[in-house]
Order: sequence, then C-alpha cells, then structure tokens
Amino acid sequence: MIFKLNSGYISLLILYLKMNKINILVIASHPEILGTILRLINKNELWNGVGAGSAEEGVAAFGSEKFELVLFGVGVDDETGQHLLQTFQSANPSVICIRHFGGGSGLLYSEIQHALTTAK
Amino acid sequence: MEQTILHKASTRFSADHGWLKSAQTFSFHGHYDPERLQFGALRVLNDDTVNGGKGFGEHPHDNMEIISIPLEGTLEHQDSMGNAALIRPGEIQVMSAGTGIYHTEFNKEENEPVSFLQIWLYPNALNVTPRYDQQNFGEKDKHNKFLQILSPDQHDEGVWIYQNAWFHIGDLDKDFEIKYELKSEDNGVYIFVIEGDIEVNGQVLNSRDGYGIWHSPAVSITALSNAKVLLMEVPEKW
Repeated sequence: MIFKLNSGYISLLILYLKMNKINILVIASHPEILGTILRLINKNELWNGVGAGSAEEGVAAFGSEKFELVLFGVGVDDETGQHLLQTFQSANPSVICIRHFGGGSGLLYSEIQHALTTAK
Repeated sequence: MEQTILHKASTRFSADHGWLKSAQTFSFHGHYDPERLQFGALRVLNDDTVNGGKGFGEHPHDNMEIISIPLEGTLEHQDSMGNAALIRPGEIQVMSAGTGIYHTEFNKEENEPVSFLQIWLYPNALNVTPRYDQQNFGEKDKHNKFLQILSPDQHDEGVWIYQNAWFHIGDLDKDFEIKYELKSEDNGVYIFVIEGDIEVNGQVLNSRDGYGIWHSPAVSITALSNAKVLLMEVPEKW
C-alpha cells in the first residue's frame, strides 16, 4: 500500500514536472549544430529547447515566450553575448544566460545542470 | 599559497557503452558533479578504450580545443575539412573546433582495442576557423625528460592550440627525479600518470591518477617505478 502511494505520488510529480518543462533558448549560427543541441535538450523529458539562428532571432524568440535559461552557442561572440545578456536580464532578471561550449553532447548536460543548480 | 586537487583513478566517472569504455576525470556526457567540472581551462580528460572496428560516428563540435593522444592501437580520423588520417601511439592530434567541425574517430583494427586520452580545453578565442593537425613525437627523446608536445605557439615544439597551455610527456626510470617549471604564474599544472607510480611534491600517485597544482612555480617529480607521465599546464582563468 505504501509503495502504491509512493509510486502514485512520484507519477504525479513527474507529470507536474513534464507539464512545467524548463524552457531553454539556444542561440547558435551553425544550423546543424543548433539542430543537434536542440535534439539533445529535447531528449530530456523535463527540458524544452527552442532554437534561434542569430542574435536577432534570439531576441525575437525571447520576447515571445518565457525562458529560464539561454545558451549562447557558436557564432555568438563576446560582445554580442554581453549585449544579449543585458537585454534578456533587463526583461527578465531571473533568466540565466551561459555560454555553451563543444557543440554536442559532451558538456551540454553538465552545463545545463550546473547553471540550473547554482542559480537556485 | 599552493593549492592541490587529487583525482584518484578509482574516483573517475565510468561509462560502458559496450563498444566504448570511458573513465572520465571530469563531468562529461550524462555525468554531473559540481566538484568535478574542470581544472582551469582543462575541461575534459577521458581515458577511452574502443573495441575493434568500432568508433565514434559523425558528430559535431564547436568552440573547443580537442586533443587526442593514442596509448595503444590505431585511431582512424576523418573530418568535414577533408582530413583523413591514422593516429598511433607516439602521436598527438589536435582539433580547434571553432565555428564548427564534424568528425569521426574509429578503431582502424578489427580485432584489437584502441585506447587513447581525449582531452578538451576551453579556447581563448571564440569562433575561430576550424583547424586540424597531428604530429609524431615518437622518435623524440622523452627518456628521463619532459618532451613538449603542445603549446600556444605555432612556431614552438609540438602541436599548437588556441590556449595558453603547454603539454609535456615523459618516460621516467624508477628513482629518477625531475623538476618542471611552469611557463606562466597564471597557470597551474595537471599531472596525469599514464603508467607507473610517482611522487609529486610529496603526494604519491599511481597509474591513471590525476593531480592538479595551482600557485606553485614548479613541481618536483620522483618516479617510484618506471613511469609514463603527462603534464598539462593550463591557465586558471582564460
């Protein structure tokens, strides 16, 4: 009985988390690499990845829905990244912006986990 | 004030995909430990073994300096810049992923494993034009000395990368003592024991242990047995 209650509670918790996925915006100028990153993010049931191929597309996407995390990927230089950081945080002070390195699965999971964990 | 970090071989993350066995010093792929993220610019140190005929299919990278050092067997490399090469023990391979590169790495042999160190350093320049290089250092003298195999300077010895880093490798005889002086006071050195046992500033290290040292102008190493050692001098901030 206790097991059933616990598993039911866990199922409800997972359902709740799935309904409240962490929205992640990825800005990267390399279409195939952007596609790879989004595919990897969306493999995680608790994350939802949205892509933007340029800083301008990123600003537009940021204005259209709420994001918890923004990854600056390939093609976003330091100056652009700084400008985007100021733009996004002035609109939503709680948004986390980090730079993504590597362009694939190697670092992505720990980058996102670290950003979400240290922001709490 | 000298600061150190010890990573015993047994504490590394372990991944077994059947065709690939990987011992990972720092958080990688599905592993995350906030205490094991990096040593300065050194972000990945994977000790990989790939079964015969198997390998990493085509996959992308960007903005990372990726170094491979084969320890056993033959690795077959192909990339989106048109490079096709075989890499064997005694050689070092480097890719500056920059704006984006695709590559494959396969075990060339059907029946023998290939083992190699896969090392990633954060670059000191973003979005550079991708580049590939490999060099053979197998014939050069690294007996009881440290041979430079990587630097930030394309005119210096070894391959070069977009980072203020230097790699040295040495084969040390038992009881041999050697000192390594760091190139930059902003750097630390990460010592990885490929084979054997050594003592570094009083710390005993065994095969596949890693030991990072910050804020020390030099390190003294004594071989407790015949040993192969890789020194990675990297910046704390970049």
